[in-house]
Order: sequence, then C-alpha cells, then structure tokens
Amino acid sequence: MRKKRRRRAAARSEARLRTAPKRSGAAKRTSATPARLRPRARSRALEDFMARAYAMERDAAERYAEFADQMEVHNNQEVAELFRRLAEIEGRHAKRILEEMRWPQMPEPVYAFAWQTPEPPETAPVTELHYRMQPWHALALALRNEERAERFLESIARSSTNPREVRRLAAAMAEEEREHQRLIREWMERVPRPAPDWSRDPDPPVLGD
Amino acid sequence: MQNSGRSSVSVALAGSGGAGVMTAGNMLLEAAVHAGYYGLMTRSSGPQIRGGEAVAMVRVATFATDVPDDAFDVLAAVDWRNVERFADEIPLGADSLLVGDAAQGEPPPRLAASGARLVRAPLAAIAKAIPGGWPNMVALGLVGGLIGLPADALEAAVARVNRKGGEALEAGIAALRAGLAEARKIGPRYALAPPPARSARWLLTGNEAAGYGALAGGVRFVAAYPITPATEMLEWLAPALAQVGGTLLQAEDELASINMILGASFGGVPSLTATSGPGLSLMSEAIGLGVAAEIPIVVVDVMRTGPSTGIATKSEQADLEIALHGLHGDAPHLVLAPNSLADCFATTQWAVEIAEALQVPAIVLSDQYFGQARGVVERSRVEPSAPRRVLARANGEGYRRYRLTDSGVSPMAIPGTAGLAYTADGLEHNERGTPSSQAADHLAQLEKRARKLERFDCGERWASVEGEGEVAVLTFGSPTGAAREALARARADGVAARLVSIRLLAPAQPARLARALAGVRRVLVVEQNHSGQFLRYLRAHYELPGEIESLRRPGPLPLRPGEIHRRLVEGGRA
Amino acid sequence: MNAPGGAALAPQSFKSDIKPVWCPGCGDFSVLSALTRALALLELRPEQVAIVSGIGCSSRIPAYTTCYGFHGVHGRALPAATGLKLARPDLTVIAAGGDGDGYSIGGNHFLHACRRNVDLTYVVMDNHVYGMTKGQPSPTTEPGWSSRLAPGGTGMREFHPLVIALASGANFIARGFSGDPNGCARLLAEAVRHPGFSFVEILSPCVTFRPDQRAWKDLVRPAPVTPTDDPARAARRLMTDDGFNLGVLYKGNRPPYAPARAPAMPFSELEKEFAR
Repeated sequence: MRKKRRRRAAARSEARLRTAPKRSGAAKRTSATPARLRPRARSRALEDFMARAYAMERDAAERYAEFADQMEVHNNQEVAELFRRLAEIEGRHAKRILEEMRWPQMPEPVYAFAWQTPEPPETAPVTELHYRMQPWHALALALRNEERAERFLESIARSSTNPREVRRLAAAMAEEEREHQRLIREWMERVPRPAPDWSRDPDPPVLGD
Repeated sequence: MQNSGRSSVSVALAGSGGAGVMTAGNMLLEAAVHAGYYGLMTRSSGPQIRGGEAVAMVRVATFATDVPDDAFDVLAAVDWRNVERFADEIPLGADSLLVGDAAQGEPPPRLAASGARLVRAPLAAIAKAIPGGWPNMVALGLVGGLIGLPADALEAAVARVNRKGGEALEAGIAALRAGLAEARKIGPRYALAPPPARSARWLLTGNEAAGYGALAGGVRFVAAYPITPATEMLEWLAPALAQVGGTLLQAEDELASINMILGASFGGVPSLTATSGPGLSLMSEAIGLGVAAEIPIVVVDVMRTGPSTGIATKSEQADLEIALHGLHGDAPHLVLAPNSLADCFATTQWAVEIAEALQVPAIVLSDQYFGQARGVVERSRVEPSAPRRVLARANGEGYRRYRLTDSGVSPMAIPGTAGLAYTADGLEHNERGTPSSQAADHLAQLEKRARKLERFDCGERWASVEGEGEVAVLTFGSPTGAAREALARARADGVAARLVSIRLLAPAQPARLARALAGVRRVLVVEQNHSGQFLRYLRAHYELPGEIESLRRPGPLPLRPGEIHRRLVEGGRA
Repeated sequence: MNAPGGAALAPQSFKSDIKPVWCPGCGDFSVLSALTRALALLELRPEQVAIVSGIGCSSRIPAYTTCYGFHGVHGRALPAATGLKLARPDLTVIAAGGDGDGYSIGGNHFLHACRRNVDLTYVVMDNHVYGMTKGQPSPTTEPGWSSRLAPGGTGMREFHPLVIALASGANFIARGFSGDPNGCARLLAEAVRHPGFSFVEILSPCVTFRPDQRAWKDLVRPAPVTPTDDPARAARRLMTDDGFNLGVLYKGNRPPYAPARAPAMPFSELEKEFAR
C-alpha cells in the first residue's frame, strides 16, 4: 500500500519537474477578501512566478543561516553574525511575498518546485566559504548573489513568452536587487579589506574519528 | 545389575569410504528413542570431505544424559581403515567388545591393546547375500541386538530413513535382521535394562536446540556466514525462520553478518547470528558498537578447538576470555553458557530475552560438543517470549535516546515512529545521542551501560546449583553433565559434593556464588581448555572459599565422568 | 505519508538542528542539501527514512538530518543497511559514506551489496582522500598524488567504483557533482525511486586536503549519453569513463531481492520435527 502511494507521489513529483508547477488544492477564499486580490483573480502564471520568487528568497535565507552556523562552529563570530543579518534580510523579503500574495504559509507549488540550475539564483555555493573568511568576503559573496538574482529576474522580465503582469513584477524585483547591490557595496566600503594573509592558520588540521 | 540389564551402554560404529556408519549410528539412536530410551550420538571423522574414515558414537541409557561415558562397551567396525586415529576418542577396556569383519583384516594394534574381546562377524559377506544389502545395516542390527534394542524399534528407525520404501527399505530390513541374528550368536552381555516410563521427548542437536530457542525468544532476523561447527544451526534456521515470517540472509563474511544483525535490530527486530572462534574474533568491533549504541543482538559462539583455525571439528572451552574481554574499551555485555544439550534451547531463549530487555549484545557460549551432538532430552516447555524491548513513545518533549535512568535502560525509538528520530552511534554521546567528547558525558554513559547489567536481577537461572557438601565442582558448559555423573558416583561412595555450573558468566554474580558455596572447603574448577580461563575468571570476579584445584584439559577429547570422579575422591591436590 | 493537510514537507524539515563540523567549503554540505531536497521531492516523512553510515567525514551525515540514523563502524554501512532493509522493508534506507569507508575497508561489502540488489540507495561522497584521518590516499586517489603515508604517490591505479558496481550487479548507477546540488537532488530522488540497489557517486571536493579539487568544476560535464539498461553498453561507457561524466549512466531492470515474508505456519508447528 505504502509502496503504491510512494510510486504515485513520485510520479506526481516527476510530472512537476518536467512541467510548470501545478496548483494543487483549493486556495483559501473568504468573502472579506477584495475581488482583485482573491486567488482566483490572479493568473496561474503570476502565482508560479511569485512562488519561484518566494523560493529564491527563502532558499537564500536558509543558505545564509547555514553559512552562519558553519562560521559559528568554526569560531568566526564576526562573519557568523553578518550571515545571520543577511539571512534575516532575505527572510523578510520572503515574508513580504507571502504577505502580498496572502499566502498563509509556504505555497503548495513551492514544495514540489525544483530549481533546474545547480543552485537557486540568490544562493551562493558552499565552496565560496572559508573558515577564516573576512566580512568583506561575505559581503562580496552576497553581492554576487544579488547580481545573479538580478540577472534571473531580468531574464524573466525580458522574455516575451511571459505574461505582462509577470514581466512587470520581475522588472520591479530586478530593480530592487540593484538597490540591494548598492547597499551592499556601501557596506563593503565600511568594512576593512582583507589582509593578504587572511587565510593563514599556523596550526595543522586535527584528527577526527 | 548385569542380570537385569545395564542402565547405560556406549557403542561405536566405524567404517570408511562410504560405509555409511553415520547413517547407521543415527538409526541406532532413533531406535533407542523409539524403544523409550534416552541416548546421545556424537561423531568423528577424518579430514576428507567424503569417503574418509568415520565413527559414530552412540550412548543409550535409561536416564537422560548428554555426556560420554568413560568407556565404550562395543566397537563394531565395517572396516578398520584408519580407525586408529579415533583410538583416543573410543576408550576401550577388558570388558569391551570389538566386532570386526575377518575379511577386513585385524583391528589396529592400539585398539587391540585395550584388552577388549574380539569377535568376528562376516558383515560384508552377509550384506552381499542380500540384494541391495549394505554392511552398515548388518552392523546396525548386530549392535542393536547386542544392546537389547527390540527389533521393531530398529525396523522403525530404518523405515524412518527409507520413507520411500521399496527395495531400499526391504534390503535394509533384511540386512538388519541378519545382523540381529549375528547378535544372538554373541549373547546379551551388553543388554540394556528395561526403558524408563514414557515421557514427551525431543531428539535434536544442540545447534538445533539453540536455533529453536532463538526463535522462541523472538528472533526473526538472522545473518549467516558458514563456519564449522555452527553452520548447522544457521541451516536449520533458514527454513524455520521463513516459516514463522522471519528472514535469514547469508552474508559475505562475519564482518557483514554481525553488522547486518545490528542494522536489523536497530530497525526493531530481534536478531541473531552464530559463529565459532575465528568468526567471533572478526565480530569484536561490531559487538562493541552494539554495546556503545545500545543495540541488542545475540551472537552464539559454538566453540571449537583453538587458537586460530585450530581443530574445526572438535570442542574446547577456550573462547571464554575473548567472549568476556574481546571488546575494546569498557564494554559491559552479556555472556551466557548453556550447560546441557537441552539447555541450549532454554538459555538461548533467555539470552534473547535479556539482550532485548537490557538493549545489549549477548554472547552465548555453546560448543562443538553440544552443537553437533544429537541427543534425547525431555521435552522443554515452549513458551514464545513476549517482546522485552522497552520502546519509546512520542511525548512531545525532545527525545533522549540515551537518557540516564535508574535502571540504566532508556526507551528505544524504532524507525518509523514519528517525533523520535535519533542517530544510533558508536561515538561516545550525550543523552540525546549527539557525539560528545566531554568527560561528564563519557562517565555518565559508561555508568549507564554498566548499571544496566549491575542492576539486572537474573534470578535463579544464573547457574545450576545442585547437591550439598564441603566439596564443590565449579564449571560451565559441556563438562557439566560429566560433573553431574561424577557427583552421583561420589555420592554413591559416600562423598557429598555440590555442583555449580554457571550459566550467566557476565555480569558476574559474586553474591550468588558466595551463597551457593557457603560452607564449602574445597573447590574443583573443571574446564576444557589449556590455560585455565575459567579459573582466572573466577579468581577475578569471585571470592572462592577454601582450597582451589583445577581440573582442566584442552580439546579435542571431552572430559569424562570418571576423571572428574577420580579427582573428587583423590582430592587435596591442585 | 505526507505532512498534515496533504502538503509535502520542505527540505528544511529534513535538516536537524545539529550543526555539521565539516570545513566550510566542503562538498558534503551540498550533498546534505541535495539529500534533503530529494527526500522532500519524494514526499517522504523523516521517520520513514533511515540513513546508515560508516566512519569518516561523509559518514557524519545521518545526525545532520531529522531521519533515523545509524552511525556504525568503518566500512560496514552496507551490511547494516542491508540488515535494516530486510528486517524493515517498509523503510526507505539510504547508506552513505566516503570513498575510503566504501571502497577500501568496505570494498567487499560494496561488491555484495551490488550483487544482492536489495532495494537500497548508496551515496558515496568521493573526494579521493581519507579526510578525517588527515589526508591519506584512498582507493580513488590518482597514483601520483603525494602524501605522508605514500610520498610520491601510491603508484597504484585508482579504483573505478562505477565499473565495479556494474559488474557486481547494481541496478542503478549515477554520478553527481556537489557543485550542482539541485542536480544531485534529482539524481538522488531518481535513485531512491528506482527499485533495487542504486549507487550514486557524488564527487565532493575536500577543501582542506585536496584544494586542487577546485578544478573539478571545470572538469565535470553532463554525460553525453542517455541512461541505458543494457549492461554491455554501460560497460563500454564506464570502462572508458574518465571519472567526470555526470548523470544516470545505467538504469537496469533486475528485480530487487526481496525474500518471501508471510508466515506459513504457526510457531508451535516447529516442534514436530523434534518430537519423539
């Protein structure tokens, strides 16, 4: 019985991977919600786009939090705190999308959504970390994230196959990413440049199990 | 006593090159059971896979016994080729009878030197005269007749093996009857006394008994790697497990089999494997993992002569030390030893129960003697055990797999249960199971694991304690039966002596042993190994009263009642 | 099966609160990410999944998830996983570890796990080195790599695990790269879904002992072939494989090993064999 369910679930996931995420389950509808904001009034394309944007922000927030954990475990407190702040910021971006879309929690399409690129747009690969990295490095990493996010949103904004409302939203979000980049660059001015020997550690690695 | 028959006779059937003496020996045992007697069969053979020299050794008695007698009454040989190699295992005396086929030549000098009487019977010629007749069946009839087994019992035994009937059965019966006729020519000197009152009995080997006990204890997963002399236990378990809904998997090596059962037990299924000395050595690391991660498993070590490859087909009690101390680190665990063939059933079942209850590995020290001996025992009560593992229930709080409790036992979460996921770990850990290098955590967990065993109330099963007197025989495992018979003889001579045969070797039970030995002034420690492992164990964990003597001999020859009796009676020497 | 309300769990639900001790930059972080994504994609529940490992950096992974975990001894993840799966076929069992744990001390078990074809998934995080013990060559280390235990290199040809897996009977063989965690997530999900023994080798650079492996991201490529179910064809591919082709390379049709289960007789019947 469980095997059958699992197979069906797997088949469903498979379908989702190949096509655009389908909306499953009825979204909540109350009479108090104005007509233009009622879920049914929004196109599916818009929902899918916003779900993707939400996933991007949420993935970014989660990854920054993991980076913060790694830095903490490796006693790099300053950078840990910096990553935590970045995690908070991205978390707020994600939350804002939920609020705008009136989604009470993570939207259904996002569960099944899987990025086709190695990493989500606004998420840095873990290989960019170093246990002795400096705040400047962390901010440079964040800057690259924002640049990638901007490129991702721009490509959606420019693609003629997307409906107008989606392209408009994407363009607006891309502009926000440019603003973030400006803020990060300013921030980078305020932190010291890393010394040439920033990665030096006189102690050898330690044995484990 | 001679006129009313013997209470015990021991016979041996020897032959080589396809003579079929093992088959005949098994039939003799079946006939004995059929006639209402108790009995025991052990075997010995040359190193060849087939066609080698072989001897079937059968003891038939009016009382339950799983021990070889001091000497054999009859040795019947289909041929004498290489039978000399068994001379040490078939002690003969002036009262014994050698039966041989003149066409096969003279018995070997060592056997003849025993002073046994020689009688000739033309087994081959008799067999040849019967279409499809075999000399071993003639020998069966001859020996069966000599010891007074009724013809119908012997015929029933032959029929049991030749279920398909037909010519094989006819020939077998005919040869059997010819043998019986030969026996009548020789006379009833070795006839048994009448059998005891009927009771419900089993005929099985120690390996089968242990397997059966494991299933009764709830084992439903076994990983198997063949090794002499444990293989038969695993082979018995393979279909039996399937029949009761369990699984047996043959592993690629002992490292695999021990880890497989850890995985299965982690999944919530009581699990077991069986091996011998060399396999147990390989399994040490993973047994330690079971201790550290608190995963119950049972490992039956059917001990054989060591060290290293040793003598694979012979018994010894020299794995005691590795069973007790073979795990690195302080790794308290259970070590048990069945002390009779029948006890292989009950003690293996018990091992499963307490391993499960205490969430700890148990090593069961059986040996080749028990494992491969086939004997008649009183039927044991078969009560499948209720599950003993203490399971965790989700309660909304953070689950601590290795929570420090009074008993030391912390409820175990079984995969599949929501809210209780944890990682079982060989790394030292805190209560939650997270790896920890903190001194406090290590100490706390060491104490927890030790406490589990220290606080375990084993009850009366920890040992067999029998008899009274100022002399005590202290032993474990297979010499117990010989010790028991020795004590019976001593009592008949007016020497009172006690027997303490320890079943639960770890955790040691010093208070209980002190009570069992209260008033004892002389202790005879009996064991089947060279260096005195059991003696060292006793000295390490117990206060032994009075004079301590050691009666020990390594394998391959079993300890016999007579030698224990002699030491008891002579006494006073270390 | 699904979270309450019918929705699947997010990948984060499969991550425990225990912070990994891996060096920042370690590829294993991405494998953990990929694994949690795969489990979310498969709509499994953490308590239905057991992750079984041996010893090494990669083998630390079970405790970093919210699944049931078994952190066993060096080289023995596969037998433990096999025993667990056969005793509890209802669970999704994933064995995990590194190249030293899996191909050296675990080599024999690797062969037989492939051969047995029990429905398991085996993830090897291959970084061509023994990381946890400070940088010794592993079976997949190239012959010329110098280390303290083998100055100048071992001089021995490296082990080719994918070929061995195919020859031994694995039913699904794939290679991923930790630089593409989302791709690895898809591979892992497919591997778990595929019946029988699924072997996924994930190249996962060791930032501390093999900084030269930064070059891997430029060496890997999607395999220029589609998955095949023909062992001979797969053999030709794998024998000429340079170790950097990514994707599903073999997807076989062997039915998984699953012994009969239903009890055929009541327990009391067993006694009849011995009764006299």
